[in-house]
Amino acid sequence: MDCPSMTQSQVDYSDLQGLVRFGYKRMTQAAYVLLSVRDVAAARSWLRNAPITSAVATDPPPPNALQVAFTATGLKALGVPASVLSGFSSEFLAGMTEESRSRRLGDVGSNAPSQWDWGGSANVPHLVVMFFAEPGRLDAFMQSSTGKAWDEGFEVLRCLDTIDLDGIEPFGFADGISQPQIDWAQDRDVAGDQINYSNMVALGEFLLGYRNEYNKYTDRPIIDADTASAGLLPAEDAPERKDLGRNGTYLVMRHLRQDVRSFWQFINRQAGGNGAEIDKLAAAFVGRTRTGDPLVPIQEEAIPGIGSQPDQIRQNQFTFDQDPTGSGCPFGAHVRRANPRNADYPGHPTGLGLLLAILGFGPKGFRDDLMSSVRFHRILRRGREYGPGLSPSDALAPAPPDDPERGLRFICLNANISRQFEFLQNAWLMNTKFSGLTGESDPLLGNRQPIPNCPATDGFTRQEDGSLRRHISGLPQFVTVRGGAYFFLPSLRALRYFAGAGNT
Amino acid sequence: MTPQASFMILATIDRQREAQLRQLLASMNHAPGRVNPNNSLIPFEQFDTLHFARLLIVDDKTIDDIRAYGLTPSTYPLYLTFLGDIDGDRDTFLEKLARLAPNGLRSIFSCCEGFTSGTDLVTWMQQRNYSSAAEYQNWPGQTVRRAREEAALHEALEGYIKSNASALTGLPPREIHAELRRFISKQRSSGQLMLSAEDPTPADWEIHNSLHKVGVPLLFLIASPILLPIGLIGLIRLRELEKTDPELCPRVDLAYSNNLALLEDHDVINQFTAMGSLKPGTVRLWTAIFVLFVIDWFARHIFTRGRLGRVRTIHFARWVFLDGRKRVVFLSNYDGSLESYMDDFINKVGFGLNLVFSNGVGYPRTKFLIKEGCSDERKFKEYLRRHQLPTQVWYNAYPGLTAVDLERNARIRQGLESLSTSDQEAREWIALL
Repeated sequence: MDCPSMTQSQVDYSDLQGLVRFGYKRMTQAAYVLLSVRDVAAARSWLRNAPITSAVATDPPPPNALQVAFTATGLKALGVPASVLSGFSSEFLAGMTEESRSRRLGDVGSNAPSQWDWGGSANVPHLVVMFFAEPGRLDAFMQSSTGKAWDEGFEVLRCLDTIDLDGIEPFGFADGISQPQIDWAQDRDVAGDQINYSNMVALGEFLLGYRNEYNKYTDRPIIDADTASAGLLPAEDAPERKDLGRNGTYLVMRHLRQDVRSFWQFINRQAGGNGAEIDKLAAAFVGRTRTGDPLVPIQEEAIPGIGSQPDQIRQNQFTFDQDPTGSGCPFGAHVRRANPRNADYPGHPTGLGLLLAILGFGPKGFRDDLMSSVRFHRILRRGREYGPGLSPSDALAPAPPDDPERGLRFICLNANISRQFEFLQNAWLMNTKFSGLTGESDPLLGNRQPIPNCPATDGFTRQEDGSLRRHISGLPQFVTVRGGAYFFLPSLRALRYFAGAGNT
Repeated sequence: MTPQASFMILATIDRQREAQLRQLLASMNHAPGRVNPNNSLIPFEQFDTLHFARLLIVDDKTIDDIRAYGLTPSTYPLYLTFLGDIDGDRDTFLEKLARLAPNGLRSIFSCCEGFTSGTDLVTWMQQRNYSSAAEYQNWPGQTVRRAREEAALHEALEGYIKSNASALTGLPPREIHAELRRFISKQRSSGQLMLSAEDPTPADWEIHNSLHKVGVPLLFLIASPILLPIGLIGLIRLRELEKTDPELCPRVDLAYSNNLALLEDHDVINQFTAMGSLKPGTVRLWTAIFVLFVIDWFARHIFTRGRLGRVRTIHFARWVFLDGRKRVVFLSNYDGSLESYMDDFINKVGFGLNLVFSNGVGYPRTKFLIKEGCSDERKFKEYLRRHQLPTQVWYNAYPGLTAVDLERNARIRQGLESLSTSDQEAREWIALL
């Protein structure tokens, strides 16, 4: 094995788009503009001159930020040669709406791409330009950032507005509490077995061109050095060639409509209108209370990468080891599906125990070792809400005729779409067989579509320790996919390559 | 218990009739990847001892890889294979096949060489049956009948709990257990629920299995003075080969991969078929033979309770040598999507994967046969996908039931039938519901 320290290099923050490092929470206004390329030369000209915000930390912080990401169709439209494009991952090239992918992602029934507002096969944007601004400054920022080249170069397909609900997602829960911590310094040893859960994740899981959790480089376009690619950085694992992916990553965008009324009305009905029971059931669905506290006790032992502030400890210093029966946090709760907080082996074996576990002679309980190690399946969430807020009590009222749509502009960043976003969505969230369960998918995101011989997937189970589990059925579909696409969020160097591309 | 067996009929396709054969196979499906279980050619669902079956055209696209060793690829025939995993013995099943689907089988096999209208079906199939070099069954003794009966048991319990939730909630575990037991016993006596007793284990199978279990390690022990030095020399040679064997893991053609994907994820269970050539040379050949032999022994005698090492998502799997052991085909039925299947393998039994598959041409570079290799995840996934073959027809006797489902249902039944139940056992038992 080659020694990692030989090839590792410091991250040049000025080369990556800021979204990888920052959520821009202070910039409470944001809009994602979906574009198609109308005129290649003008589009490139705008991209060349656009003040894309890098990940360099400045003091004072900037009042606004501009980010840009491309679909495979978009890169093609900009004239990126097929030989270069073919270096991108096949998920990115095939797109989110490829038929078998839709089955895996749960994009069937009313979630099917044919029903989408945007992103369906005939409706794939070429790029998304993301505008972020401090309160009251978005319009002016968008005005000043666009202009003649913009108007000539692009056709605006759709402007996805967002809203700041002050850290609360539309159902009314504190959002974005758990995020992986990127190992920017790349000093964690990922090569060996990871016996304990860590929130610190290899840089290469979120940025291309660096080592990932397998201690390897994820595939990305590595191209010959020529005049067009002169501005790109060399590949760490092929120094004589240029790495178009380096400091870039994939951006997954999903437009998720949330039926807030149906959510609270269903819970209210199930709880018979009892306030405490309403809170309990809602928290069981999510796996956290509305304020974001976990449903299992926090542990004494620190977890790398969660931070040391009291809030961070209170909300994130836990795993589900303390709750093997699911009586604290149901096995099927949203946060337990989305991040089971496990490590490479169940039960943290060492020494002989580890050897036995490796050989398959570890614990044999029904629910032991059902899940893949989470470190290979983390995503960095960067989404924002849209539509006006609606409190749980207001949500109990029937919808007025002009009830506005509300939901999430889900965005996540990952270096390997199939192993990260798609795995998580497919094997954990949508899976009706997750963690030994059956007949239920994610209580929030599930599409409630039947599977063979199993007509009902609309259940939810709350496990109890020492008494019978409580099962409810008939969960309506609370979240509907309205659009989505896979984008590539390039480094600034790669962006200049696409914009200039030297191949006009 | 009823032991399980398998069959794999492999025949050379008459190239003139390949198109006709493809049409026939397609006619057995509702749509690509979705079989008609009661199709007129082979009405699979009429065979109540058949777990899984598939028909595929063995069209290996990687034959030319051997050129990386400076060798000229052999010309292999285009094969049709028809295989299945069954309860009971092979000959009985083949006879039943010939009895229940003579016309369908005849029209399919007439697209192959050596089959005429006068051919005796059973003899023809027996002559073309290929034994596995290694075979894994999730749970020997878990028959189709049992899987279905226990699924019905689970369903009945769920239904009863649903309609009696208020009465049951709050009862101590042992009382819940007793109450559900009463309910099931009523269901059984009224004939609404069937839970068949296990058939006796055939004596000859039992004897053979026990002899195999003890005899194989014993023979190895006796032969170890010879085997160990040979093994050591082999290992040294292998280490040299590992350093120079070429890796062939290019990106898979997107269209090829998308075509495979069209056949997948119609159910929570999927099929997988991959094939490739063995690396040339005696050392690699004997390594493959030895490793598969050992895996087969472990699968038969040790990993017999729902787990292949740490992996709990495989129903059946087998490795079969073809063409004078120049090529190997691997076939399995697994739960979840291919991506999670491959992740399961890499992260849970990576060493085992390397042991077997690294003897195939082009596998990602290993170190000491068990290290590295598949931990180069992207290369491994490309490698596997590239060697994967589309399966034209795939039948599954219990759609919607994963191996973990089967295990849960079996545990539920076991807990229901055990004579005495402690508090702790009752707690664990109701947690399965």
